[in-house]
Amino acid sequence: MARTDFGPPDFRELLPPVITKNYGNWKTHEIPRPGVLKHISYSGDVIHSVRVASPRLVSSDWMLDICDLADKFCEGYLRFTTRNNVEFLVSDEARLQPLLDELDAKDYLIGGVGLSISNVVHTQGWIHCKSAVTDASGITKSIMDNMTDYFTGKVKVPSRLRIAVACCVNMCGACHCSDIAIVGIHRTIPRINDEAVARVCELPSTIASCPTGAIRPNPKTKSIEIKREKCMMCGNCVVVCPAGLQIMDPLNDGVSIWVGGKVSNSGSAPKFSRLAIPFIPNEPPRWDKVTDAVTNLVEVWAANARSGERMGAWIERIGWERFFTLTNLPFTDKHIDDFTYAQTTFRATTQFKY
Amino acid sequence: MEKGKTPLLDELEKGPWPSFVTEMKRAATKNVMAKDLLEQLESSYEDNTGHWKHGGIVGVKGYGGGVVGRYSDKPEEFPGVKECHTVRVNQVAGFFYTTKKLRELVSVWNKYGSELYNMHGSTGDIILLGTNNANLQPCVDALADIGFDLGGSGGAMRTLSCCVGQARCEKACLDSMDMIRDLTMHYQNEIHRPGWPYKFKIKVSACANDCAAASARSDLAIIGTWRDTIVIDNEEVNKKVDAGFNIERHVVGKCPGQALDWDSKTKTLKVISADCVRCLHCINLMPSAIHIGRERGATLLVGGKATVVKGSRMGSVIVPFIKAEAPYTEIKELIDTMTEWWSEHAKNRERIGELIDRLGLVTFITELGLKPIPQMVNAPRSNPFIYWTTEEVNK
Repeated sequence: MARTDFGPPDFRELLPPVITKNYGNWKTHEIPRPGVLKHISYSGDVIHSVRVASPRLVSSDWMLDICDLADKFCEGYLRFTTRNNVEFLVSDEARLQPLLDELDAKDYLIGGVGLSISNVVHTQGWIHCKSAVTDASGITKSIMDNMTDYFTGKVKVPSRLRIAVACCVNMCGACHCSDIAIVGIHRTIPRINDEAVARVCELPSTIASCPTGAIRPNPKTKSIEIKREKCMMCGNCVVVCPAGLQIMDPLNDGVSIWVGGKVSNSGSAPKFSRLAIPFIPNEPPRWDKVTDAVTNLVEVWAANARSGERMGAWIERIGWERFFTLTNLPFTDKHIDDFTYAQTTFRATTQFKY
Repeated sequence: MEKGKTPLLDELEKGPWPSFVTEMKRAATKNVMAKDLLEQLESSYEDNTGHWKHGGIVGVKGYGGGVVGRYSDKPEEFPGVKECHTVRVNQVAGFFYTTKKLRELVSVWNKYGSELYNMHGSTGDIILLGTNNANLQPCVDALADIGFDLGGSGGAMRTLSCCVGQARCEKACLDSMDMIRDLTMHYQNEIHRPGWPYKFKIKVSACANDCAAASARSDLAIIGTWRDTIVIDNEEVNKKVDAGFNIERHVVGKCPGQALDWDSKTKTLKVISADCVRCLHCINLMPSAIHIGRERGATLLVGGKATVVKGSRMGSVIVPFIKAEAPYTEIKELIDTMTEWWSEHAKNRERIGELIDRLGLVTFITELGLKPIPQMVNAPRSNPFIYWTTEEVNK
């Protein structure tokens, strides 16, 4: 039998020597130009990291392209970031400018550092996921085509802004704490194939999988029935009984947009993103309404937020009532929560902003 | 759709942002699976729906997970992706690679798969997008030969991930990469052989900026912090102020603990340590002048997750400060106790956070042998429905 359980390659064997030498001894960093980090050690040593956008879904050819660049300028060392950027790790300062020049010449986008809109964290989409309501890669590409100048630092923003895209409510990308989140949603309940449910699915576990108790047995068909008013279209039952239940609905599926979340503790506690736009239809290949909506949110925020204010902090200061006015978005019945933690979102004060 | 044409996806080759469609086309010129993957995606763009079947179990010898079975629902039309399984490959901690290592990976994947990757998936793995039943075992064997092992899937400990930490960050309060490597090696069985009610994720961020998004995304978030006082270098503070930086407005005025005091006459920045909440705001704005404290460790938060099933949950504090030094024995003991409690009591597909909501935080911390402390809550209870045990009342 092949060997198992040996784990990933040891990072210690894959670090540039200047990092190994100064591991745990970094003093500070500077951003000499957009997209470049200069880390300075207590020893006086320096390493430059050049951050470049990636489409996340990449080919072998692309992998070899970045390897060629790292061989030429970085002694073969590079890394990726948690937001799907590539970082070229430059130990020899003399090679920094030549690397930047070559990246520019080859149309790589350098940026995503500090006060900028960095790359999108997103999920798999139609390319390779069974439960995708939309295509995250397509939406991401369409949004970032509009946001490129914010990534490269050509256009300044008041603070960092993080965008995430999730193709369904499973939210593999942990969208739910992003400045702007795009989440694929269903609007119709699962269709039941009684014959298949009766034949293939385990009824008790299917019924138990529903978080709202919307599923009950149907003794006549030896299948189940779903109470429409109780179903919130999470798709959990479809995962448990995929052969008998169909939730995909090309006519009614689409995306929702959420704002004001963050994961960092800096200045204030982490926050969930909150609903801004309940539904926009799926419109491949460019999702124009989604990209327009995101651009509007970014532009209104950038024009109104104070220096250092992220989306959530800005909304907290101006109040949700003014957020909906400034962004020209309607506040509807869909915006009032009716799920698990709904009551925590109801306002219990006489303080408003006009 | 016309065979071989992708007019809708071609639209996504326009514009300045790097295009995944271009990447798929590069692979498609040489690789049948990539070609059919591209064309099936075009049909999804036409139909507004995905074309993957639900379910389909595949596996490799010695592992219970790590590969996600994927079968096309249009196999006649797109035979190249009839079987198109995802291989989750455990990434290197901190996502550091050498070109030698990446080139080895590319040569394996060119031989056995679609020539397409996600660098990286949401949990952290290298995602190899698409191989068939016949190539799967040889592919995993060849990956083993170059030192790459599988990640987690299903009801398992999922592939662990972390921020860059001490490798290249001045704010790192713990060695996130070493911790992830150590825990990954320790929990190989739990990662590779799903035996739990659902997924269990661990992420490590070396400071409260939480670049790994640990508290939002992981069942156990380990976040670096310090217990003593931030270190202020007033010489560096003055350099920044003299260069025109408005320290009152951007730093002192925005300190959430109101812990900073700037004396503009003596040009001295002071911290009232008892009021500092260790949020890193001042350090983020003045990294050359303000540094993390010296007595470092970790805060542990449990129960973070996205929406499905019972709503999004942020991880909440169970231990405000714990020493985070190898071999991390105390942290491993807590992991073992909490996963054992969870796997014994949870319903199918119930995450640990949801179980805590169902059975109570007190039940959970009692199981862990932790004492209730104020740091675990935003505020004490506001209702009188207090539970008393029979031992606590007079007989």
